[in-house]
Amino acid sequence: MSETSKIEIRSLRKSFGSNEVLKNINLDVAKGGVVALIGPSGSGKSTLLRCINLLVVPDGGSVRVGDTRFAFGDGAKLPDVKTLAKFRAGTGMVFQHFNLFPHMTTLQNVMEGPVTVRRMAKADAEKLARAQLAKVGLVEKADQYPATLSGGQKQRVAIARALAMEPDVMLFDEATSALDPELVGEVLAVIQQLASEGMTMVIVTHEIAFAREVADRLIFMRDGLVVEEGPARQVIDTPREAATRAFLSHFHRTGALPPATTAS
Amino acid sequence: MYQWDFGILWSYRWLFLNGLGVTVGFTVVIVVCGLLFGLLGAFGTLSRFKALRLLALTFIEAFRCTPILVQLIWFYYALPILAGVEMTPITASALALSLYGGSFYSEIIRGGIISIDKGQAEAGGALGMTPGQSMRRIVLPQAIKRMIPALMNQSIIQFKNTSLVSVLAVPDLVYQSQVAAHDSYRPLETYTAVAVAYAAILIPLTILVRRGEKRLAVGE
Repeated sequence: MSETSKIEIRSLRKSFGSNEVLKNINLDVAKGGVVALIGPSGSGKSTLLRCINLLVVPDGGSVRVGDTRFAFGDGAKLPDVKTLAKFRAGTGMVFQHFNLFPHMTTLQNVMEGPVTVRRMAKADAEKLARAQLAKVGLVEKADQYPATLSGGQKQRVAIARALAMEPDVMLFDEATSALDPELVGEVLAVIQQLASEGMTMVIVTHEIAFAREVADRLIFMRDGLVVEEGPARQVIDTPREAATRAFLSHFHRTGALPPATTAS
Repeated sequence: MYQWDFGILWSYRWLFLNGLGVTVGFTVVIVVCGLLFGLLGAFGTLSRFKALRLLALTFIEAFRCTPILVQLIWFYYALPILAGVEMTPITASALALSLYGGSFYSEIIRGGIISIDKGQAEAGGALGMTPGQSMRRIVLPQAIKRMIPALMNQSIIQFKNTSLVSVLAVPDLVYQSQVAAHDSYRPLETYTAVAVAYAAILIPLTILVRRGEKRLAVGE
């Protein structure tokens, strides 16, 4: 699998002070694969996600996305800021709290990456940005500021902003956790659409039913370790480990997804 | 009852205007230079390198915690003896006031920058921006809006602090009015007029800034 994999993580370790958040994590994501990371808070799943685009710099192990590989730990030199920036430009990330740029309109938010990072001409960037906004169903909100949008709309703009960098990989960090329940569906619909288009994705989520539907693999983490890993449906429907069973017992695992109305 | 006679000041109008020009020009210089020192100080305190942080902190505390009047005198009289740099009163006072203002500006700018949610710089980083790019494009434009009232406040103080340069015989408005007061034996009229002149410049400025703030508040 590692020959065709898009993302390859080996022996990854990370500590914050004396708190060891990730202990020897291995992870492969196939090209076009969708991996869901689940687990209780404090399990290290968000930190793992942030290690994939090196927003958090690991203490040991290695991270490879596409053809770029970084090793960390004894003797390994930390990549400089330019190398890091270039690497991150190839992976899109969507945050729990959207992190839209409040001083820019929706369109400017989506154009920002192409213009500043990819040095794209403004006119081309605008065309690209409008196309991405259309994709998430928000092209008519192009000239509004984020403050005027609902949570679901904000998160769809954030997805469009990440997509405008035309990344190989998308990372979702609890993208629906800050949303009102009735707004979750519209965001999940966009993620589902990306999955069907073959985008390689790693999704940290508490939406177990959604993970079961969209992810092909599922990883359950606890205390900085991968406890169980396997095909999403299999792990959710018939978990092998007691810890996985205990965690999943808090959720409705199947049933209808939240309605995916992209009414805006 | 004191008999006010403002008419007598008319014969000193050129002296006052001259002084006012020096005061305003001086303020422009020390606000611009002060902001520059402030930016350096703020970035210094936020630096990844400990030596830079210490250097910036030393600068800020040294100038923030000593009186500006003492600094002015020190720069003019002590620095030439200690460092062998001979300075005109204008250079010495411009430097002292810029550094003094810079130490306060530093804290305002630093506060503005750290008040911006860390997720903003993170989002910039995730898009592939370098830390410098996300500072310029994402963090500073938001931080500056928050800094403006405090920066304006500090600049008003800077404007009024220029009155202290008269101790080094820099011919600013206060210095010239001292000349006029001695000459006319009318200190009450003279200093009242000077106070009005300061206020007449500052009050319209504060109104302008308040309007500007409202215009900047888009999207929030």
